[in-house]
Amino acid sequence: MIAPMRMTTTFDEMWGRGTGQSQDAAVPNGSPDGPPEGPPEAPPEGSVNGTPHGADSVLPGIQAARSGRMTQAQVMYQGLRPPYAAFDDWLTGENPARLLRKQHEAEEVFRLTGITFNVYGRAEAAERLIPFDIIPRILSAREWARLARGIEQRVRAINAFLHDIYHRQEIVRAGRLPAEMIARNAAFLPQMIGVEPPGGVYTHIVGIDLVRTGEDEFFVLEDNARTPSGVSYMLENRETMLQMFPELFARNRVRPVSNYPLNLRRSLAACAPRATKGDPVVAVLTPGLYNSAYYEHSFLADKMGVELVEGHDLRVMDGRVAMRTTQGYKPIDVLYRRVDDDFLDPLNFNADSGLGVPGLFDIYRAGGITIANAPGTGIADDKAIYSYMPDIVRFYTGEAPILQNVPTWRCNDPSALSYVLDNLHDLVVKEVHGSGGYGMLVGPTSNKKEIAAFRDKLLANPANYIAQPTLALSTVPIFTRAGLAPRHVDLRPYVLVSPDGVTITPGGLTRVALKKGSLVVNSSQGGGTKDTWVLEE
Amino acid sequence: MTDHLRLRVRHVTTYDYDAPVPWGLQQVRLRPCSHRWQRVLSWSLTVEGGRREAAFEDQHRNAVDLVSLDPGTTRLAIAVEGEVEVADTAGIVGPQSGFGPLWLFQRPTPRTTAGPACARLVESIAREPSPLHRLHDLSAAISDAVRYETGVTHVGWTAEDAVAAGHGVCQDQAHAFIACARAMGIPARYVSGYLLMEQEAQDAAHAWAEAWVPDLGWVGFDAANRISPDHRYVRVATGLDYGEAAPVSGARTGTGAERLTVAVEVRAQ
Repeated sequence: MIAPMRMTTTFDEMWGRGTGQSQDAAVPNGSPDGPPEGPPEAPPEGSVNGTPHGADSVLPGIQAARSGRMTQAQVMYQGLRPPYAAFDDWLTGENPARLLRKQHEAEEVFRLTGITFNVYGRAEAAERLIPFDIIPRILSAREWARLARGIEQRVRAINAFLHDIYHRQEIVRAGRLPAEMIARNAAFLPQMIGVEPPGGVYTHIVGIDLVRTGEDEFFVLEDNARTPSGVSYMLENRETMLQMFPELFARNRVRPVSNYPLNLRRSLAACAPRATKGDPVVAVLTPGLYNSAYYEHSFLADKMGVELVEGHDLRVMDGRVAMRTTQGYKPIDVLYRRVDDDFLDPLNFNADSGLGVPGLFDIYRAGGITIANAPGTGIADDKAIYSYMPDIVRFYTGEAPILQNVPTWRCNDPSALSYVLDNLHDLVVKEVHGSGGYGMLVGPTSNKKEIAAFRDKLLANPANYIAQPTLALSTVPIFTRAGLAPRHVDLRPYVLVSPDGVTITPGGLTRVALKKGSLVVNSSQGGGTKDTWVLEE
Repeated sequence: MTDHLRLRVRHVTTYDYDAPVPWGLQQVRLRPCSHRWQRVLSWSLTVEGGRREAAFEDQHRNAVDLVSLDPGTTRLAIAVEGEVEVADTAGIVGPQSGFGPLWLFQRPTPRTTAGPACARLVESIAREPSPLHRLHDLSAAISDAVRYETGVTHVGWTAEDAVAAGHGVCQDQAHAFIACARAMGIPARYVSGYLLMEQEAQDAAHAWAEAWVPDLGWVGFDAANRISPDHRYVRVATGLDYGEAAPVSGARTGTGAERLTVAVEVRAQ
């Protein structure tokens, strides 16, 4: 049994760790989003793996500098952290009115570019703009180097795990992973047994979701090994910042992210199948216009300079999968698919799928095309498997994991279940196969009725749930009318895998919970994004 | 009787379509593999009205050919022919080949989910300590409970349908055996292949089942003939049920009806 972790202080990435007590004391009068809520030790008002930020506070920096009022806020933080020095220097000299204008301009840029995100279950806003915040999140070269090492280690382990699971299952034979974790897992794809994906790569594109709880403390919240999305926001956020604040990039040596599409194309091409003749032909397969990430699909195809295709554009022809072009049918070597496994091929998977290509999986098995990511990779990012990741990393790399896992209770274990049931008000409970922040319970912010309703669901199917302690997610300031205010963030770095190696774009997508105190950063749940900087040495 | 037989097989599957078919694909599992007890001496596959697009090995290590229909064809004929030498191993197939974990074969599929009728059958099997004996009892119980009768079943029947109806063809008997074996906690799988019978000309390929017996590995059970397969049986493909081992399965466009004709000939050399 894992002891629960309760953290009472929040680490602010710009200003260091707050001292729990003064955090509330430090709230200046007239905080931007209303009065502070609750007593100092009140449970979090926000949500996911986390403790409260209790009440909102306005950070030192711009507001203090502008009003000349040195608020108590400064006592609650340790002081400006080095990666933010140059940025803060610039910010102090900025006119807040100009910044506000820039913030609006940035929103306008996004609206014009058409970056949108479909929110399921909200008829009034099927296509919604994801809010962008102009305050960058900044990581030092040293912080990034350690993260990157940890990410590469984890991604290599994930690929080795996938190969093993679809071949000899040594990890099961060695007694390190119970067979039923695979046998009872809907994400295990029996059709992949024995398949050797071209180049030996299963997860060509991975997104690792990280949260930070302290100076040197990062946790992996989840691995996204199927079709991680959001990279277009990472690219557009940087693009927008470069347009809005070119001077900032003169003062800070920020590692570029704009070569991601080129790297993606190269990485995919390096995994071309043996049937390839000449330069590998890459295409992006989208479910179509009504998919929530359609914008990203077309964006990536465009940036890579490859075709964006739908299932009905493709057919099996001469032993290959070919796409219809203005010059007739042309074979595809590498298909970057953004269509789920089940819908990929009606001949082999869901027969009702109109999104896929009949015979695609057969051509794949015959070595005529590369599917990226490989079908069946979901077994590696399943939330129940997640709890075994430290063992998985040790088993395949022979090293201690560099990145920590959040302690996880598997509710199929009776003793874990009984602990979880007793502590629902303190825990975050997630569906094993859920995503996007749907179908989860955030104990500390749920009322008795919600907890009781969730308890029934949990009891009806315990194996479908895992629980984790609430973590004190770090904050990064966002720009508000009243000045800077701390908001919780996570980070999704994007990782490319090919036989040539692992490439990690410096930074990634920072998602920020825009609601004061909230710990849910998912864009489907009201989260926004920020540009993420990794500084050069 | 010798313990080896050289069998000559010819199997033609013909689809006649009422209207030209614009597009179609068929997965063809009609290539037997050589094993310790079965040696493929010669084998050929020819397609008329279509072409071979690709060949691969599936998760059960079946050799699969993907065949596309010639656009506008009104007939697709897939013919296989060859010679196979088979040894009599009293039904013992042996260790699992390939990477499929045994638990995979304990999972019920929609065609092999035991319902009340299968459960009653399982109940009736004496609690013998030897799994091999229990499986032989099960095979006999199924050949009693599911009377062999052609022409009255259809491909969509489940194990439960056949046991409840009390009759079926070899496919139904194999499904019933698999459903019951899995309900008893024993891994089981479907086998499609050929059987040398008194009459050379047959109107269908054969099907039976295999179950996992500790220390022996896979062992075959042919409920239709109340025996374990011997040197008269050619193993072609295996799967969790008919769907994964079917000789020909696929999809096509076009609204016209189709007629399926199957001609099988098995002769001893």
